[in-house]
Amino acid sequence: MPISKEQVKHIAGLAHLKLTSREVSRYTKELALILDYFDQLKVVDTEGVEPEKERVGEALILREDKVGSSLTQTSALANASGGNGEYFSVPRVIDK
Amino acid sequence: MTVYEGYKPVIGLEVHAQLTTDSKMFCGCKVSYGASPNSRTCPVCLGLPGALPILNKKAVEYALRMILAVGGEVALHSVFTRKNYFYPDLPKGYQISQYSQPVGRGGEIKYSLENGRTKNCRLNRIHLEEDAGKSLHPSSKERYTRLDFNRCGVPLIEIVSEPDLKSPEDAYSYLNKLKQILQCLEICSADMEKGHLRCDANVSVLPKGKKKLGVRTEVKNLNSFKGVKRALKYEIARQIKILRAGGTVKPVTLWWDENRRAARLMRTKETSEDYRYFPEPDLWPLAIDMPWLDSIRRSLKELPDHKYNRLVKQYKIRPYDARILAADRLLADYFENVIACYNNSRDVVNWITTEILGILDETNESITEFKISPAMLAELLKSIDDGIISGRTARQVFREMAATGNSAARIITSRGLRQITDKKVLLKEVDKVITANPKQVEKYRSGKTALLDFFIGEVMKSTQGRANPELVSDLLIQLLKK
Repeated sequence: MPISKEQVKHIAGLAHLKLTSREVSRYTKELALILDYFDQLKVVDTEGVEPEKERVGEALILREDKVGSSLTQTSALANASGGNGEYFSVPRVIDK
Repeated sequence: MTVYEGYKPVIGLEVHAQLTTDSKMFCGCKVSYGASPNSRTCPVCLGLPGALPILNKKAVEYALRMILAVGGEVALHSVFTRKNYFYPDLPKGYQISQYSQPVGRGGEIKYSLENGRTKNCRLNRIHLEEDAGKSLHPSSKERYTRLDFNRCGVPLIEIVSEPDLKSPEDAYSYLNKLKQILQCLEICSADMEKGHLRCDANVSVLPKGKKKLGVRTEVKNLNSFKGVKRALKYEIARQIKILRAGGTVKPVTLWWDENRRAARLMRTKETSEDYRYFPEPDLWPLAIDMPWLDSIRRSLKELPDHKYNRLVKQYKIRPYDARILAADRLLADYFENVIACYNNSRDVVNWITTEILGILDETNESITEFKISPAMLAELLKSIDDGIISGRTARQVFREMAATGNSAARIITSRGLRQITDKKVLLKEVDKVITANPKQVEKYRSGKTALLDFFIGEVMKSTQGRANPELVSDLLIQLLKK
């Protein structure tokens, strides 16, 4: 299944990735291969088959509204870079 | 509507309401405001690899309460969906929401405008989703945006209206009613200023006589009731101006800046949302069984419209007063709790609407923080009836009760405010007043009986308002006859 360079750029944009034109060409080919692979699923005829809502013993399990334990601030932030001990920090976001 | 000369605004609102569950939507982290940053997080709400969501039953129950309360249709099967976008306040890179199969559809909200006119707004849908974290945007010097994920994963319902609202005033009154219902159902604190209730608006204007809806824009970040009104007025005026100049409105998303009282462009729709919704693979569809739904239906709290009708009927209070009480569940509860100890609904409602609301307005407190309990107010009112204090003194005692939280009896005793009912003492006072005002006595005796009020006033003055006015009046009439 072919995918256009425009689509690749769009997807890269959604993922906040900047691609060079060489990368765009490369991913256009590679993504087409991946899509082809998944296309094999189309062999299965799903005409008239309802999506699975639940299966015996596997319905959505709900939990009671009980407070459990959380991570401490220190451990929550243990692997965060550029933090100040209280907050996660990311490069300045202005647009919002 | 002459304000918009030739144009009709068309408004639809999307309201996010934070549900007051104890724990978050998909994990056991405590929902709490004002906790130190990032102290209420876990692998699930931080989006760490391998963590799996488990849905909070109470969040579902709260959503169902709302759907039932507005007469919507509950989907016995609904589906959670991933809404994918990259923003730093969303650690998973997607929000778990509902899209094509929400838990609630339809329903309507009846609201009254300030002039008393009642209108209807149909709802499109009500669905469940999780909140994002909070970004603290830095001052211009700083290089970082700070993130607090305590709010991340807090359960929300989104209530999407149809474009039935025709003016900023409609939107304002609709929101107010929505707030009352949410509070009444005890599912959301609904304080817009604190972010419990957040609102986005879809706005377009329609040249009069045309049927096809105009191009709509979305205005985000409406975070106060007054702000909603202002932002909508601004955006409607902006669109009309463009159309009048022969231009076309572009389908953009705007960000309302309450400080500047203006909206700025957030994004154009061309570069817009592509959320790539797909069914959440970590959660089975949500199945609601009838017995559960029925039990929620049976336990629904009384809604503002019902409460209004009942209060008028049961307590024979004025519609105006009943509306005030019905709009605020806690105030109505307070009223009924006073009535339980002191059965004179008109007196009680008067004290609430004048004295209590007056003080709460001054101190910016809610009725739950008010220092005078229903039983204490009942005691105060009884002491007027029992002749212990006059109505005038009662107001003074009331003020002190509200400030100190002391009981009426204690204040009356410690300040010596008990009404003077001893005839001997009163006779002395009455005598003094009569002797001191020979001219007025003359006039009274020659037929100007309206002067009685003057004499009563003098006695009240000389006793610092403590004399029993009825007794004083009786004594004066007797003595002045002579």
